[in-house]
Formats: sequence, C-alpha cells, structure tokens
Amino acid sequence: MDDKNATGKDTLDKLTEVSTDALKCMQCGICSSSCPSGRHTSLNIRKLVKMAGKTTDILDSAELWMCTTCYNCQERCPRGIDIVEILLDIRAISAHNGRILPEHKEVCAMLIEHGHAVPINEENKMKRTGIGLEELPETVHKYKDELEEVKVLLSSCGFEELVMQAGISGKEDSA
Amino acid sequence: MKGLSLFLGCLVPNRYPGIEMATKLCLAKLDIDCVDLEGASCCPAPGVFRSFDRTTWLTLASRNIVLSEQKDRDMLTICNGCFSTLEDANRSIKEDEESKEDVNRHLEKIGREIRGDINVRHIIEYLYQEYGPEKIASYVERQLNIRVAVHYGCHLIKPTKDRGLGSFERPAFFDELVTALGASSVEYPDKMACCGAGGGVRSAMKDRSLGMTEAKLARIEETGVDCIVNSCPFCHMQLDAGQTEIKEKNGAEFNIPVLHYTQLLGLALGFPAEMLGIDTGIEKNRKLMDLLDSQV
Repeated sequence: MDDKNATGKDTLDKLTEVSTDALKCMQCGICSSSCPSGRHTSLNIRKLVKMAGKTTDILDSAELWMCTTCYNCQERCPRGIDIVEILLDIRAISAHNGRILPEHKEVCAMLIEHGHAVPINEENKMKRTGIGLEELPETVHKYKDELEEVKVLLSSCGFEELVMQAGISGKEDSA
Repeated sequence: MKGLSLFLGCLVPNRYPGIEMATKLCLAKLDIDCVDLEGASCCPAPGVFRSFDRTTWLTLASRNIVLSEQKDRDMLTICNGCFSTLEDANRSIKEDEESKEDVNRHLEKIGREIRGDINVRHIIEYLYQEYGPEKIASYVERQLNIRVAVHYGCHLIKPTKDRGLGSFERPAFFDELVTALGASSVEYPDKMACCGAGGGVRSAMKDRSLGMTEAKLARIEETGVDCIVNSCPFCHMQLDAGQTEIKEKNGAEFNIPVLHYTQLLGLALGFPAEMLGIDTGIEKNRKLMDLLDSQV
C-alpha cells in the first residue's frame, strides 16, 4: 500500500511536469467546440485540460484515448497551449502505469512480432502480385536481418516489457 | 536538392498496394529520382506508439531515417501518419542533442548512428513545392473531368507551427494539385474535419471512430462528388472500408469512391485503373471508372 502511494506521488509529479503549460488555460472552451471527437464521443478536451497536472484521476479517464490527435484544439487555443502534446505525454504516463487498452496491446504485439502495426497477409500478397508488384514489399517483411534490428531496438527500449506489464496491472486495476 | 527514397509504411504495401504501384508509376513518369528504401519498418504510428513510449517511438523512427541517411537521400512519405512521425522525429534529432545521444545509444546496438542530415517530405508537399500545379498539369495526358472532395487529413498540415504549410483553416495547395489534373475540387462543410481514425481511436473504439467518419461522409455525399481524394492511407482506409463498416453497423449506405492522390494522378498521367489498384471489382469505384470511360 505504501509502495502504491509512493508510486502515485511520483506519477503526480510527472503529470504536473508535463502539464505546466495547461495552467495558462482560461477555460474558454474553443478546444471543445473545435473537437470532432467531442461531437461523437464523451471526450470533453476542455475538462481534460482543466484536470491536467492536478490529479492522477486523469489516468483512468477513458476519454484520454478518444482523441484522434487532429490538433484542432491546439491550433485554435488562444493561449497557445500545446494541448495534444500534453495529452500524448499524459497517455505515456498512463501506459507506464500499466494502462494500455487490450486493442492497443494487440497493435503493439503486431509491431513486436512483425515490425509493422498492420502486417502483410495472404490476401494482400495476392493483391500485390495481381498488379505486378513483388509478393513482399521492400520492408522488414522481406529482410529478416532488418526485422531483427527492429526487435533489438524494441528490447533495448524496454517496449516489450512495458506492453507485457500493462496487461498484468491493467487486470489488477479493473479488479 | 537530394534524391529521394520511398518510405512505404504499413498500410500502403500491406493493405493498399495499388497506392504503392501508383506512386512508383507516377514518380517514374515525372522523372523524380526516387529509390526503394530496403528494410524499413512501421514508422511507428504517432497516435498509438508515441502515446505509450516516446523513446521507443523516436528510436524506431530514427532507424528508418538512418536507412535513408545511408543512401544520402531525403525520405518521401505517402502517408500523413508516417509524415507526422518521421518529420517530428527528424526535427527532434536535429534540434535536441540530448534526444539524439539517447537514440544513438540504442542504435549503437545494431551498429547504426543517426546524423540528422536529411529531410522528410510528404508527396503532396513535395509535388506542390518542387513541381507546382502548372508543371504537374503539363504532364497530364488525360483530363479528369470529375468532381472531387479533397480530404487533407490532419497530420499533413498540423501542427501548423511544425509543418510550415500555412493555416489549416482554408488551405488550397492540395486542391490546386487536384485541379491541375482537370478535376474540380468541390467545397464542402467540415472539409478539414478528421476522418475519425487517428490517435488509436479506430483500433480501440471502432464505433465511435465510425461516428466521426459517417458525419464526414454525409457532408461529402450532400455535395454529389464523383470521388474522395486523400493524401493518407489511414484516412483512405477509414473513408473506404469505413463505408462498408458503417453499412454493417447501422445500415447507412454511401457509395463514394476513394482514391489516394497518387491514384488520381496516375489516371491523369494515362495509366489504366487496374494498374493503380482502383479495383473495378469494387462497385463504388466502377461508377467512377464508367464516368471516366464515357469521357474518352
């Protein structure tokens, strides 16, 4: 329990650090009114900006993952706050705290295994040859040594570990 | 000016190979010095991977950039997402010595090193800056007398402070490249609105993502265009496959052909639709092909 609190404090420090710029926010709401996702989901970017740096509750907000990173809010913010950059940093802190959605985990697994978020499949190999391209593109799909390089880098950066751990603590969080 | 290397990304070679073929045919026809970039991986995608770990994102992007540096060529992307990652990563390497050193500590393990001495280009930006609409028009063999809804996508132009292509509110450069081919670019409400796919929303929240797409498609349908033209295979997939997914979800039916700019350009340069992967077996694209055939 103590450990968890200590982690929480550390996390809040990190959140505060990446969100300093959000303190300039005057809650005018142009970010929300410019947000295409906000018209179709429960994302209220103005609320997230208000929460940014003040509470670790933001890490559990499902809305954090509803942003398509279209940058409209950031472009139109009269205070020049880099809203999307802040949101991406908060997402990363959330991921490092064990929160990665199952679907996103699958995308990560694709990258780890194939070096591509969307790897080739049989149907598309046929599509390729059907229009006169080689079956495999000039990517890591064709060059296995190069794929190994990608795997070395993913491991060097601790990415696999991050994704694996997220699964475990994600379960604990929802329990 | 340096020559180019072609960065394919994931969706183009693995889902829409017609865009790869169209790009290669167009580059050759326009006499653009561009070679394959062997051994590249996922860019990696900005919305998801940068959201999880910036170091991983920057390091993998840097490895891709190194492949092009080793050829002493600028990188050409045909995807807004790849452009976003590679441009942003390249800028970080050039402007932030600490990031560069961090990345090189990882790259050392595979015997590579990033220098930060090339540029990343997007094909729309490249064609506009280096050729311009008038020169493109001079290559056109087949005037495309069609009405087009241009979809810029978000990351080609935003964040505007980094892209340097002007304001995103009412841009014109992409439209000019379309009208250079004889086509009309039709204005429509919410033209600059997101397709709904980015930021990992498509993968994790498909229904919500398609809600945004449906709104955009409905606006486009009202204008009665012959097709949508985009500069990003992720937007392309969302607007194309998304039409089928929306129909399955709630029965709403759109029959709007979707082309990447390289495919539209390929048609105008005289290449047949089949070579460009504008599959005539797809009913919605057949409409467009019939229209073009009737104009010959």
